[in-house]
Amino acid sequence: MTGYIDKIKEIAKRILADGDVDMVIGFRKGTLPMSNEPCFITTPDQVESLVWDGACGINLANYLVGHGDKKIGVIAKGCDCRNIVNHIVENKIKRDQLFIIGVPCKGMIDKRKVNDIGEGEVTDAFETDQMVTIKGASFQETREKADLLQENCVLCVHRNPVIYDELAGDEVEEQTGVDRWEDIEKLDALKPAEKSAFFDDLFSTCIRCYACRNACPLCYCPQCFVDESAPQWVGKTENPADVKTFHILRAYHCAGRCTDCGACQRACPVGINMRFLTRKLEKDCFDLFGWEAGLTMEKRPALDAFAPEDPDDFIK
Amino acid sequence: MKIIKIDKKDWAGGLKKSENSYRLMGPVKGGNRLTSEFRVLEKGQVPDLSLSDALLSPKSIVFPQSESMFKYTTDENSDDVNILKRPEKEYPLTAVVGIRPYDAAAFLILKKNFDTKEYRDPYWMDAYESCVFVGLAVNEPSSTDFSASVNSGPFAEAGLDVLLADDGDVFLAKTLTDKGAAWLKAAGWENEADLAHASKRIEEMKAAAEKKIASTISFENIPNKSIMELYNADFWNDAAFSCINCGTCAYLCPTCWCFDIQDENHGKSGSRNKLWDSCMFPLFTLHGSGHNPRDTKTMRVRQRFMHKLKYYPDKYEDGPMCVGCGRCVRFCPVNIDIRKICEQMNSYKAC
Repeated sequence: MTGYIDKIKEIAKRILADGDVDMVIGFRKGTLPMSNEPCFITTPDQVESLVWDGACGINLANYLVGHGDKKIGVIAKGCDCRNIVNHIVENKIKRDQLFIIGVPCKGMIDKRKVNDIGEGEVTDAFETDQMVTIKGASFQETREKADLLQENCVLCVHRNPVIYDELAGDEVEEQTGVDRWEDIEKLDALKPAEKSAFFDDLFSTCIRCYACRNACPLCYCPQCFVDESAPQWVGKTENPADVKTFHILRAYHCAGRCTDCGACQRACPVGINMRFLTRKLEKDCFDLFGWEAGLTMEKRPALDAFAPEDPDDFIK
Repeated sequence: MKIIKIDKKDWAGGLKKSENSYRLMGPVKGGNRLTSEFRVLEKGQVPDLSLSDALLSPKSIVFPQSESMFKYTTDENSDDVNILKRPEKEYPLTAVVGIRPYDAAAFLILKKNFDTKEYRDPYWMDAYESCVFVGLAVNEPSSTDFSASVNSGPFAEAGLDVLLADDGDVFLAKTLTDKGAAWLKAAGWENEADLAHASKRIEEMKAAAEKKIASTISFENIPNKSIMELYNADFWNDAAFSCINCGTCAYLCPTCWCFDIQDENHGKSGSRNKLWDSCMFPLFTLHGSGHNPRDTKTMRVRQRFMHKLKYYPDKYEDGPMCVGCGRCVRFCPVNIDIRKICEQMNSYKAC
């Protein structure tokens, strides 16, 4: 996976030099171990600043909107591509505005898992295709990368880009036999009071910074319902009912659109796994409509369209 | 100034004793166990000093994320109809145990905003004045701790009433104020160390900690640059590109002081609340007319760093509005790093 970068640079350089695009959106090296920063470049000589490794988990589809008619090159892994499909279907951007440099993905590293390995702070990290080595003041450890992946990457069954103009490497084998819904089924089986207690606990530390919402490529409303004041739908304090209202409504807005890219959980400073909500809805869309978001530009998202064969058992 | 030697065997007992006259706050694990924060301790609960670099800064002790400023009723049958009344709230004498020097220094910055010649914010000041700040010096600075470059440092004393230096089996407690001395007395710790000897030991520990500081910033050129030169600098679009305009940096920051005021109404009564706000949110500057003078993310990101590194130092003739705790660096979801932006501002030359 670390080997993609040469091809990425070659493609980015070419499309900028040929004038196919006005800018390329990718990652540059971050200032902390296991962190890269989204960036844009506009000239071929800037391609050297681009990086690609297991710390490119941020979904770059979130950075495509707001550049007018500019032609944009974007480096996109499987989930990013599915969100780009969403954007195209939802008329946020035009397909012919984009040059998609597709990256077949083997999963992104979860910084929290890495930070939990050693005693004390991780001050340096190196990555190969299979292994990650981390260093701290008093330790050095090497682990299988597969054990350090973000939860959504562990469950991912669409690692290859669904749309692209050029691939940065050969397609990877998709994961099979993944039980995507084990934890959701457990949650489903709880009694209502237990579910309520579970979600009370889950959201108890939310500081309402909205990092989850703002990291999400789906959350592009010009004004979010929590920010509206006339009428004011939701209170602004840390009142647990208001906090849960925000999270639950946001998840519903993403139903049938969420690709489980993990951006929300990754961005959360206090480590809330709000994917319990979005994944429940993802599962429902799959069970009820056979729908997985962002795989095709030919169909509208599940909750955006009606079909005669849609289940209607809930109508009594 | 005295230095009291506290045997760690007597630590829990002394804390408990001080509870007779003080409420204790200290670092503990947060609700979902992934966070750490300063909270009121249960009777007999010992603060977890391994969590002193708490994920959530202790700012909220004095400046809660949301706080009712006034209650009101519009019920004509009430004597208080249409009168805003400050809610009853107690401010018990509180010892904040285990706060880091940089977080205590942050309160002095906040105070410049909440306690001015013209205005005294009673909510902030009443909470602040009820606190005794018992600091824990930093022996092992994190890689993102640049406090030594800005207003603070691992053994800095500003804003503290007591400074505890963790020296193996003992704490050396440096009394910095009468408030601090009173708390130590209430805890029953009166074993005075030989001043010259203990001072020397603290100086050694301080020097060792400062040597371990891996992170610094320079801002010495910023005061000499004009506001407009920095405002119009060419790096802001590049610096701001990755920003998602969430509130993580401001909400974790011990020095960010901006707040919003919102009414919450239920039938005929309600509350006027003071709530943390962030200049990263578009709503922060949205006018009633619909116009937003700061309507792009580049403008918002520039505002954050210009406020911390240029406007505040210029206005208050002080260092940056930052104590170098490194929280924004560690928790920014997209790795925007104030150290890097400060360097860009400090070395900027207009073409």
